[in-house]
Amino acid sequence: MGKRHLLSIKDLSREDITLILDTAEGFKDVLKRDIKKVPTLRGKTVVNLFFEPSTRTRTSFELAAKRLSTDVINFSVSTSAVVKGESLIDTALTIQALGADFVVVRHSSSGVPHLLADKINASIINAGDGINEHPTQALLDAFTIREKKGRVEGLTIAIVGDILHSRVARSNIPCLTKLGARVRLIGPPTLVPDEFRADQVEIHYSMEEGLRDVDVVMMLRIQLERQDRGFFPTVNEYFRLWGLTSERIALARDDAIVMHPGPMNRGVEIDSAVADSSRSVILEQVTNGIAVRMAVLYLLGGKA
Amino acid sequence: MVEKGEKILISGGQIVDPSQGINCVGDLLIEKGKIKSLALEPEKIEKTEEDITKVINAKGMLVFPGLVDMHVHLREPGYEYKETIKTGTMAAVRGGFTSVCCMPNTKPVNDNETVTEFILRKAFAEGACYVFPIGAITKGQKGEELSEMGMMYEAGCVAFSDDGHPVMNSLVMRRALEYTKAFDVPIITHAEDINLSANGVMNEGIVSHELGLRGIPAEAEVIMIKRDIELARLTGGRLHIAHVSTRGGVKAIREAKNSGLRVTAETCPHYFTLTDDAARGYNTAAKVNPPLRTVEDLEAIKEALSDGTIDVIATDHAPHHIDEKNCEFDRAAFGISGLETALSLSLNLVKEGVLSIDELVEKMSLNPSRILGLDKGTLKVGADADITVVDPEAQWKVEPDEFYSKGKNTPFKGFVLKGLTRVVICKGRIYDFTERQDTEQHRLILL
Repeated sequence: MGKRHLLSIKDLSREDITLILDTAEGFKDVLKRDIKKVPTLRGKTVVNLFFEPSTRTRTSFELAAKRLSTDVINFSVSTSAVVKGESLIDTALTIQALGADFVVVRHSSSGVPHLLADKINASIINAGDGINEHPTQALLDAFTIREKKGRVEGLTIAIVGDILHSRVARSNIPCLTKLGARVRLIGPPTLVPDEFRADQVEIHYSMEEGLRDVDVVMMLRIQLERQDRGFFPTVNEYFRLWGLTSERIALARDDAIVMHPGPMNRGVEIDSAVADSSRSVILEQVTNGIAVRMAVLYLLGGKA
Repeated sequence: MVEKGEKILISGGQIVDPSQGINCVGDLLIEKGKIKSLALEPEKIEKTEEDITKVINAKGMLVFPGLVDMHVHLREPGYEYKETIKTGTMAAVRGGFTSVCCMPNTKPVNDNETVTEFILRKAFAEGACYVFPIGAITKGQKGEELSEMGMMYEAGCVAFSDDGHPVMNSLVMRRALEYTKAFDVPIITHAEDINLSANGVMNEGIVSHELGLRGIPAEAEVIMIKRDIELARLTGGRLHIAHVSTRGGVKAIREAKNSGLRVTAETCPHYFTLTDDAARGYNTAAKVNPPLRTVEDLEAIKEALSDGTIDVIATDHAPHHIDEKNCEFDRAAFGISGLETALSLSLNLVKEGVLSIDELVEKMSLNPSRILGLDKGTLKVGADADITVVDPEAQWKVEPDEFYSKGKNTPFKGFVLKGLTRVVICKGRIYDFTERQDTEQHRLILL
């Protein structure tokens, strides 16, 4: 792939993305074996540097790294020196001095992975920066769509919810667009600002309009703590207008699938009847996440 | 002050003094720290006049009344790790400024006469140039209760501002504009609706969208400029609008001026030089408040400078420690260390034909002096000898490590600029930057 870091989907070509997805297919086979481990990156060290609480992404990276036989260290904010006032750059330099080959970083500020890539020698993998990007989530979503639908090109994919604050959406939009999908964004205007029109997407404020004939519905988590910032009046009203219910999913194509990056708020953005239906591929996304992150580590590993 | 009868001759420079309508090659004689006489070509002041102490050959140079920066942050008292009165005024002199007006967001805030007096005493003793403090409008810059503006005025404050913290309460702003009519000093507004800017870190637009950074819409500035203009209309108070960055703001100010209101405005070199593109790569050096805007805003700012809507070019010199910029974009401090690049960047406007050289001197010396009622910005006989001699052809590369300011935070690092201050005369001292600057002695000749 010829890259040292995975900071942004925008840095990847369609060929790069396809290579990652193809490589992940091979690793998914590994995960189905009785012994789910390969010696590919033995002797390498991966540091999960998480400045924000995260269970699923961190666990997924940890498993991916272990399946490749690396040594993994979890460095999370509550146990680190950061609470003692250490600067981000000092923390990063410390981790470099410990001998990390890969640093998987999550931070509440956009651009932190880019800053670390400037300051330290390890390969940096962006595991979510502020409201900016979450590239491995987009890659695992694309992998899941391709696995279920056989292709991404030509599909119509709706991303629904808090687009404005979603790093998942900001990575998925360029990823899916590069792979040839048509992307629709659905949500209240306060959470789907006009700037997104620059990204070759359709914007819909009505679920009934936006869900019609789509192949994939990608739900985003509504961050309840944002509700008091006045982006929408109440959770009750949000669910009434933008919640994914059985009636609404019926507007999509008969074989449409439903995705969610988790964790879900049942009864806020998605009704349990849909989340637990046969359309839902939510748990498969979790499994695929490991394979995709293995592929990313593997492909970057050759360049570290 | 200059002792006894010492005389300095500045010979053969192009003297630009809009206060007298002068733009002509000539000689300037200084005695006892005052302008003694001025001779324009073909007349000359005799170099052979026997008791001349020093001759400064200004052939090919521009000779300006000392520049006046009505918007700087000197950080003292309280934030001496960012800048001190000594280092900030030295940076000012290096940039060609002989007077600076310091904003009150120090620790403690300059919201009472004791702090004002501290600043003035310190500036008298250690300042390389003159310092005129700007007092806080409200106690602690909290936007709630008026500070003792009358006593601060008597102590030496030349204007009032809660710079960095907009006065969100319209009633408090109304009272401030009314009350200061008693002293005929301006209220300087930092125009920003902080509810609308909502923790944004850069201009809201396509670049913030692409970087995933929280945006500050132009309207956060425009709405507050419009509010304050209406309050100036209501009260008849004097309003000066700091660091205008938006096309909408410019339009509102133009209309206010056309309707006869006593409104003045300033902008800063970064707003007519850079756009929000400078923030790409999460470049914290380009994080400033108000934020760098779009090319449409930049063009509107230039037009407003050209047509007189914007009266003043100020720096909003905001020095910060390296640790406050070498970090996450969200956490990085807002501000640009601007004193040492402002003149060169502004001279670009002359090269581009936006301003004549006379207009440039108006905006960087005469107009701020008039707005604040300072006896500065002129080379009239009898005035303080505050003089800036500039080599308009000198090319130099911006190397922040060479700044006199403690603040190395500039988005202009590596820029090659034209026009450099060679000699500054101020406070009865000659600062000569023509020699290599290895030691303090080369920088400063005390007369």
